[in-house]
Amino acid sequence: MKTNLDLAAVDALIIPGGESTTISKLLVNFDLMPQVRKFAKTKPVLGTCAGLILISDEVIGALPDQELISGLPVKTERNAYGGQLNSFEGSVVFADGTSENVAFIRAPKILEAGNCEVLATHNQEPVAVKFENLMGASFHPELTGATHLHKLFISLVEEHQS
Amino acid sequence: MTNNTTESTPLVKSGLAEMLKGGVIMDVVNAEQAIIAQDAGAVAVMALERVPADIRSQGGVARMSDPDLIDGIRAAVSIPVMAKARIGHFVEAQILQSLKVDYIDESEVLSPADYINHIDKWKFDIPFVCGATNLGEALRRITEGAAMIRSKGEAGTGDVSEATKHIRTIFGEIRALSSRSDDELFVAAKELQAPYALVKQVAREGKLPVVMFVAGGVATPADAAMMMQMGADGVFVGSGVFKSGNPVARAAAIVKATTFFNDADVVANASRGLGEAMVGINVSDLPAPHRLSERGW
Repeated sequence: MKTNLDLAAVDALIIPGGESTTISKLLVNFDLMPQVRKFAKTKPVLGTCAGLILISDEVIGALPDQELISGLPVKTERNAYGGQLNSFEGSVVFADGTSENVAFIRAPKILEAGNCEVLATHNQEPVAVKFENLMGASFHPELTGATHLHKLFISLVEEHQS
Repeated sequence: MTNNTTESTPLVKSGLAEMLKGGVIMDVVNAEQAIIAQDAGAVAVMALERVPADIRSQGGVARMSDPDLIDGIRAAVSIPVMAKARIGHFVEAQILQSLKVDYIDESEVLSPADYINHIDKWKFDIPFVCGATNLGEALRRITEGAAMIRSKGEAGTGDVSEATKHIRTIFGEIRALSSRSDDELFVAAKELQAPYALVKQVAREGKLPVVMFVAGGVATPADAAMMMQMGADGVFVGSGVFKSGNPVARAAAIVKATTFFNDADVVANASRGLGEAMVGINVSDLPAPHRLSERGW
């Protein structure tokens, strides 16, 4: 998804990991930010790692001028688990008891989950949340082949299509 | 760390490189340049004292940068910061790990510290990127623990021909490997001077097990887009940005061309009005002892 035309052709959006600073700069530099914000107001969006930062309402440790997509009523802290030296693999537990091994890489932490539904925790702290059409996770589900978060997101997309 | 976690696994190390895919990593020598790179949309910066073009023109032994310089750059930006250690210089790598850089480049751009052995990268918690000119070299670096590979190119020249040669060689050798039957892979491992299990994995998956960037001589948006069209996962730009006439515009233009590498209209527009490119040296004019890409083995 690189242009507004690409965005117009999809029903849901996944904003994956990467550098939140870079993604935010490029959304602005390439004139995508207004359309992505509009999309995130009504359509399903899943943000993981950097994607979570971008859809958060409040971010600690972001650049002063950093533009966010926002919409998810959480307070997150960038790189709260530490830099690359502190990146780790660990297990997360979903609300239905499913446990999966996932990767946290320079990961953000959800400090306050506000009115969100907590989908998963790691050491009793929320690491995946949902609010209306938005889902966010601090971890990378894709690197370890974990699929539970994807299944939850597909259900959300299906609800929105019916 | 808290319970039920494992830090610095191979997956976590190569995982960061996965997050940089499609992006540009820029060489910077001070905080001001690092901020320009970040504003232009670079996914990471390489902190060093002299860009390759200056190392080349000034000569002498090139070493790891001063920790103060690296700390200054880390403090200035929020994107990941990489730094270079000399080939085989494991103490420079230990220092960079102690400085908590995000990635270590065991780099032929610096003067090698060991002409026989590379660093045992498995001993480190920080991931490494290493240069390669062919598939065997890439697989030997991965065997030693590299979590990311880049072509060597000929750094500091602005001549992209060596980078082209390396990426074409690596991808060509992978394609050739994929066409060989299982019983031919034992000999392939011997020819590549790489472990059989890794050779077999590459043959069956048709790609390296880690991210592959291109480096060395990239100076224009067109250079960057060409590398991406040939299959690179991303681009390192060394001297090409800050040795040019207008670094701010050129940095943004190279990022744009790397993102929209398949759209000639976008690359054309990104190429307009950038001022002078870095002056450049033809690799063929370089006497053999001064070719950096021949360092490492």
